[in-house]
Amino acid sequence: MKKAAYSFPEEVLEHVFSFIVSDKDRSSISLVCKSWYEIERWCRRKVFVGNCYAVSPPILIKRFPELRSVTLKGKPHFADFNLVPEGWGGFACPWIRAMAGAYPWLEEIRLKRMVVSDESLEIIAKSFRNFKVLVLSSCEGFTTEGLAAIAANCRNLRELDLRESEVEDLSGRWLSDFPDSYTSLESLNISCLGNEVNLLALERLVSRCPNLKTLRLNRAVPLDRLPNLLRGAPQLAELGTGAYTSEMRPDVFSNLAEAFAGCKQLKTLSGFWDVLPSYLPAVNPICSQLISLNLSYATVQSPDLIKLVSLCEKLQKLWVLDYIEDDGLEVLAASCKDLRELRVFPSDPFGLEPNVALTEQGLVSVSEGCPKLQSVLYFCRQMSNAALNTIARNRPNLTRFRLCIIEPRSPDYLTLQPLDDGFGAIVEHCKDLRRLSLSGLLTDRVFEYIGTYGKKLEMLSVAFAGDSDLGLHHVLSGCDNLRKLEIRDCPFGDKALLANAAKLETMRSLWMSSCSVSFGACKVLGQKMPRLNVEVMDESGPPDSRPESSPVEKLYVYRTVAGPRLDMPGFVWTMDDDSALRIS
Amino acid sequence: MSTPLEHDYIGLAEKKKIPSSSSSSSSEDGKTFKETELRLGLPGSESPERKPLSGVSLSLFGNLNNNNNVMNHHVHVAGAKRGFSDAIDAKWAFSDAHGSDSDLGKPSALFSPRGSGNVVGKPPLDPKTISTQQGNSINTPASASQSIKESKPLQEKNPQLPATNEHASAPASKAQVVGWPPIRSFRKNTMASNLTKNNDEAEGKPGFGCLYVKVSMDGAPYLRKVDLKTYSNYKELSSALEKMFSCFTIGQCNSPGLPGKDGLSESSLRDLLHGSEYVLTYEDKDGDWMLVGDVPWEMFTDSCRRLRIMKGSEAIGLAPRAVEKSKSQN
Repeated sequence: MKKAAYSFPEEVLEHVFSFIVSDKDRSSISLVCKSWYEIERWCRRKVFVGNCYAVSPPILIKRFPELRSVTLKGKPHFADFNLVPEGWGGFACPWIRAMAGAYPWLEEIRLKRMVVSDESLEIIAKSFRNFKVLVLSSCEGFTTEGLAAIAANCRNLRELDLRESEVEDLSGRWLSDFPDSYTSLESLNISCLGNEVNLLALERLVSRCPNLKTLRLNRAVPLDRLPNLLRGAPQLAELGTGAYTSEMRPDVFSNLAEAFAGCKQLKTLSGFWDVLPSYLPAVNPICSQLISLNLSYATVQSPDLIKLVSLCEKLQKLWVLDYIEDDGLEVLAASCKDLRELRVFPSDPFGLEPNVALTEQGLVSVSEGCPKLQSVLYFCRQMSNAALNTIARNRPNLTRFRLCIIEPRSPDYLTLQPLDDGFGAIVEHCKDLRRLSLSGLLTDRVFEYIGTYGKKLEMLSVAFAGDSDLGLHHVLSGCDNLRKLEIRDCPFGDKALLANAAKLETMRSLWMSSCSVSFGACKVLGQKMPRLNVEVMDESGPPDSRPESSPVEKLYVYRTVAGPRLDMPGFVWTMDDDSALRIS
Repeated sequence: MSTPLEHDYIGLAEKKKIPSSSSSSSSEDGKTFKETELRLGLPGSESPERKPLSGVSLSLFGNLNNNNNVMNHHVHVAGAKRGFSDAIDAKWAFSDAHGSDSDLGKPSALFSPRGSGNVVGKPPLDPKTISTQQGNSINTPASASQSIKESKPLQEKNPQLPATNEHASAPASKAQVVGWPPIRSFRKNTMASNLTKNNDEAEGKPGFGCLYVKVSMDGAPYLRKVDLKTYSNYKELSSALEKMFSCFTIGQCNSPGLPGKDGLSESSLRDLLHGSEYVLTYEDKDGDWMLVGDVPWEMFTDSCRRLRIMKGSEAIGLAPRAVEKSKSQN
């Protein structure tokens, strides 16, 4: 009845909304009507901010006054490959300060590619009574002192995950700052730390936390301490070893094997730095229960890898170095029928000649043998259109396909043609493809294919490809679901960018470096599109000291409701309509 | 339409001519390599003779030993030294805006052709075209794509161009383009340290060479990171650092006596040089601060943990190799 809808009590709606967790759905709810918007914003507990500059702390806090969990991402993805200079931005401090004041009950903070200071960590440690989860992914700017503050003050901490962050490791003492009464740890990832932590403190911590499920050690934890740690946490589900080498002694080996065997729930293994091959079989007892294996730091040869992998029949995720070679991948394809994700990293990316027998054939084998394969990251030195075609037809269920042919602009090694058709086949057959990274010799045609078929594509990475603006235009005009586009060293310029300016408001961000976009075009874009931040990066000086037609070094465009940011370093300029050039 | 300079990493640099427009360049041509080579050392000191190849971080040391050579020269011939402020001068004169990041790994000859003034001459679009495009392009994608199709390609890219750089360094590994292949720093650093551990068995294989060190400069608001493995000698490192840090010395360039982009007069440059002398130092594995340039390049890259561009005045007291065990004030 119509009347009932109006008198539906808020509490009921709130209760219903509490079952809706996905951000997209929450967003949809808030758009239904004003009262739903209001109710929704008061009961939203979790927020994901994909670009910290798309919004500001005051805006966030004003709309969502009762958050318990915040995720923020800072620098653009290409920062991982050192394309974003130091000091660019992504500072967590203003966010953490603001949240400290506004969200005393905040429980979770997850940051990616942000600059986090010790001061920020101290604020976190002291401001949130019920703080539970801290994930710092690819972050930097803090030291072990900041970690000490967290350890000492966060009584209810469940998760401390520093994955791939750059931490200034002053001393391993910080771990001892967890009080003896602290027992709530569930997940600890210190794999990025350089120095040794206090091993005794670590062992005690591990054994007194009954809910510890994830433990990722750093390289400095010696192998002979591992059995003790494992015995203290037989409930472990995910383990990252330290250095996997030691004097070869039978008792060390059997101790280790026994300890592994005692971990009946262990499903994920990683670490494996400095592997001594003869110690690898110590994990055999649990191979049959493994679903995820990260051997991407293990510099062991194919036969040893094969022996291990062939025992892991339940494996869903494998990260490995190209030492596995085509032969090893063939064994993988035959043994691991449940494989969903494969990443093959290069052992010698800067050498001129291949050092291993890994070619496109390995990937073809896996595409044939593993029906559930969805996600691929593959570094290799040669590729052919035929192989890509085969892969595409074998695996139309691919959702992520990232291929890196190490030499830029490598053609099809059989025909010497561009790889347009091969990648075209990928986008044509893999209708659910969400993420694609291109490499090799590519003309505008590949972009025509991508624009035509890549309707579900959300993220595209392009390097050393294309002939003209047409390429960029195809992508911007054709890919309906594009959210992130990152381009380097391609001859794309002003025309395509300006012609598709409106598209940029539907995307999270666009990165273009070493392309042909002129300063003048950036200004026009900034002036015409007030809801975009058009940031020009140039380390050699202000772009207005050169003619307007000069190409800019780097361009980063993103949509925002927060206006131009105010924390830009001297080599970043925002193009907006206030002044064509604002130097911060 | 000429190929835009910014794609130089594939070695198009050789095509560009060294400009003869700069009047002062002729003064440079007559100098021998050795004479123009800047010596590493404290102000006023004479450094011992050394082989050209281990020619040292020339420019960061100011031009005290060879003052007259470098004034006003806009040409960077391989081996010629340039003062720090010279580098700035070159930049403003030549709109050297656009180095693709890969330039960092290139021989220093790259600086001259890049600066030749051609760079500004061949834009992808001139301002007029942009403004006429504006009206229709932003609002009507359909017609815009039409206009894109009709216009000629912005750049003739010859697909057959080899991607490997022509590079003066060791043939075993090629020059590295920044950020390619796309491998995260954590992985690179981890694998690199794998190799140093196994060095005895490595047989000189380059492997994962990657060595990111932080570079700070006194007075600069933020620091930089460089991958030492992308350079094969001190000269390249020095050029790259100049390029990176020149923006911090802009303030010093903007004194009244300077005519701006066209070049600095001889006297004002000299003032600058005396005022803005910088010395490149590094912290080694033992935590000691040393002057850069004294040891062979490979030894340097093995032991260097971080770099600091120090004001010359502060560097007095640092002597090559004779380092006191107490750490510097950094």
